Amino acid sequence: MKRDSIMSFLSSLVVLVIGLFVGFLILLFSNPGAAAGAFSTILTFGFSSMRNIGDVLHGATPIIMTGLSVAFAFKTGLFNIGATGQFAFGGLVAILIGLNFQGMPDGLRILFALVAATAAGAAWGAIPGLLKAYRNVHEVISCIMTNYIGMFLVGYFVEQHAFFAIENRSASLPTNSNLPTLGLDRVFQSEILPGLIRSSDINAGFFIAIFMAIVIYLILNKTTFGYELKACGFNRDAAKYAGINENRNIVAAMMISGALAGLGGALLYLSGTVHIAAGNNLLPYGFTGISVAFLGLSNPIGIIFSGALVSHLFLGGARIQLNFPIEIVEIVISIIIYFCAFVFLVKTFLGKHIGKLFKGGEKS
Amino acid sequence: MYIIEMRNITKIFPGIVANDDITLQLKKGEIHALLGENGAGKSTLMSVLFGLYKPENGEIYKNGEIAHINGPNDANRLGIGMVHQHFKLVHNFTVLENIVLGVETTKTGVLQMQEAREKVLALSQKYKFDIDIDQEIRHISVGMQQRVEILKMLYRENEILIFDEPTAVLTPQEIDALMQTMRDMANEGKSILFITHKLDEIKQIADRCSVLRKGKLIGTVDVAETTKEVMSEMMVGRKVILSLDKKEAQIGETIMSVRNLSQRGIESKSHKLRLSNINFDVKAGEILCIAGIEGNGQTDLVYALTGLAPIDNGTITMNGKDITRAKIRKRTESGIAHIPEDRHKHGLVLDYTLAYNTILQTYYSPEFQSVGFLKDNVIMEHARKLIDRFDIRSGQGESTSVRAMSGGNQQKVILAREIDRDPQLLIAVQPTRGLDVGAIEYIHNQLLAQRDSGKAVLLVSLELEEVMNVSDRILVMYEGEIVADVNPKDVTFAELGLYMSGAKRMEVAV
Repeated sequence: MKRDSIMSFLSSLVVLVIGLFVGFLILLFSNPGAAAGAFSTILTFGFSSMRNIGDVLHGATPIIMTGLSVAFAFKTGLFNIGATGQFAFGGLVAILIGLNFQGMPDGLRILFALVAATAAGAAWGAIPGLLKAYRNVHEVISCIMTNYIGMFLVGYFVEQHAFFAIENRSASLPTNSNLPTLGLDRVFQSEILPGLIRSSDINAGFFIAIFMAIVIYLILNKTTFGYELKACGFNRDAAKYAGINENRNIVAAMMISGALAGLGGALLYLSGTVHIAAGNNLLPYGFTGISVAFLGLSNPIGIIFSGALVSHLFLGGARIQLNFPIEIVEIVISIIIYFCAFVFLVKTFLGKHIGKLFKGGEKS
Repeated sequence: MYIIEMRNITKIFPGIVANDDITLQLKKGEIHALLGENGAGKSTLMSVLFGLYKPENGEIYKNGEIAHINGPNDANRLGIGMVHQHFKLVHNFTVLENIVLGVETTKTGVLQMQEAREKVLALSQKYKFDIDIDQEIRHISVGMQQRVEILKMLYRENEILIFDEPTAVLTPQEIDALMQTMRDMANEGKSILFITHKLDEIKQIADRCSVLRKGKLIGTVDVAETTKEVMSEMMVGRKVILSLDKKEAQIGETIMSVRNLSQRGIESKSHKLRLSNINFDVKAGEILCIAGIEGNGQTDLVYALTGLAPIDNGTITMNGKDITRAKIRKRTESGIAHIPEDRHKHGLVLDYTLAYNTILQTYYSPEFQSVGFLKDNVIMEHARKLIDRFDIRSGQGESTSVRAMSGGNQQKVILAREIDRDPQLLIAVQPTRGLDVGAIEYIHNQLLAQRDSGKAVLLVSLELEEVMNVSDRILVMYEGEIVADVNPKDVTFAELGLYMSGAKRMEVAV
């Protein structure tokens, strides 16, 4: 068990190093003179000040949630590619509640927004779950469809009920609807110019994400419910043989997966820094969540770290746009994340070869 | 000079040396048996010869010249052919199409089948195969399919023929025919490698026999000059008691009762029934055995009894209570235990630990959980008890991933779990499949112990020896029907074979 954790960590590290290397080659190809500097920016910018560290953690919050969402479904043998739609739905509901219900006390309204967003994500996740369980429709297909339906619905509601026409995006929330910062803004701040102190955008959402990771870890590893879910994921036939109600578990897993993504949407849009752009775009968070889940080897605690890492890369990447076109930056970041998809391959490979090394050591 | 010589072959898999410095020499025109328990390394060695695995060490020589085999195509070029245990046939192709597949003759891209047809017919006649080469594979029997595999090798003019446990799926009559064919081919000058763990067959047909045990070559013997006992001892490394110590059965009340059970197949709704009008009772204190050749409805029957598949007609009662429509969990709770046919598919969650696999049907009981949280300490303790009681061996005790365990010990986990639930009826489907002699003996004794403690046992088996040795009563299934109800003391192997192959049947009354 312990050796397995070491292997997981090592293999994540290996894919990361390979990804970084290939990313560096692309920078070199695009602008040789600035490549080395840019590369070092990508690697170090996120650590370079307290404010940046705060921003890395803040940026990690939504993708930790979508990462958990994807990983949770994955443990049950389902591939929730629909996290994007569930995330958008949750975000929309949170924005609508944050804009309205001004008669409620702030804390209650925020709590209501979080709960309602979670429920909305769960409902949106339930659709592919029900289709899979009772109509045997592959969840990837129905998730793709719910993603698009979600995208259009969210676009419609934003334009009708929460529109800020000047910037062609969803309306900004009144600050009393934002998640509390809990004093984090004073911890994660830095002097960006002499005398000018700026705070990070980080807020309580990051703690909620960590809390959820722990909850999911406990559900999966300590409860009968997690036992059933994983049994279905590992071996559907054996679960059936054991009398486990597979259909109910599929629906439950997709609902919880959707709930996590929906809550992620609320955490992002209740921070007051990001808005839903009008027009029909699939939000990237759900797909980034897939990479985060893979890189964290679907372990909820691992996902906290992989989420922070990916967020770190995004922040550093945004910084090098001075010398590189945005397309190149996105290619580099994508390549690094893309290599993360090979983590299982590398783990198997390491397992074989390091296993051999151990054996060799024993013999000599 | 040997036609094939494998010298000092060593093949290592992570954590296990599957072949340890094995030298195997095959003479031209001989039938050479490769004997060993499951996991002894026979299949690995043959896979090396067939180019499917690359050995860490050692070379292969053909007629004294070194041969480099990097895949089945190389093996085929060298004249090596293999009949795999699970046939490699295209089910909706005809016999002829299957035979030429991969070596088709074409003229400007158009198939030329006439020549192939004549050649296949000639071969079929020569070996008295009596096969309709225009039938689709899915419509012919398993025995016929095996002949197709043999014809494939002959068509390719292979001279070294490997048979991987060819008799496992055949009736006694078909086995006799196969033996004759193998003898004919050897007389023609073909060299045959025959993988098996059945001593009778070796005695009957092989010239020489190489015995493997735990990846090592124990020795190669001349079959005519060696007794079965000696070979058996070479194989398992100790003397084996080949018969069971079995007391008289104390038959009690009826536990499970099946009436007029019928089942349509999923694929052939309009065609014949998968199960047709099945009637029987299983009583406390008896081992009732369902015998038959693979694919005659045994699997469907077990699925129907355990609730894995719904049934179309009939009733199933357990202790007088109707469970015909009951869910799997209800049936389990009513006292049915099930050792499934495919332990990897149904019996185990391979990625779970040994401990978690022992609570597969009971994890929700108050013993193992409170308010939805698993009591890991209790579960571990429970697993340790079972490990002690059933002598389950594994690398890291109760926290070993079941995937990392040997087949015999995996089966013991299932056995332990099912027996520990203290069931009234134990349905054991091929519980000894793929296990070595020691494990088989152990499992047979456990089944008998269940019987002797007044439980009912329903054993589904394809192994005639097991059927005859273990059971108190035998039902034979043929094409979804029960065609015989006999006492093992009153029936011979040959007679059972006739029932199993549909050549004979009797009226069966409950």
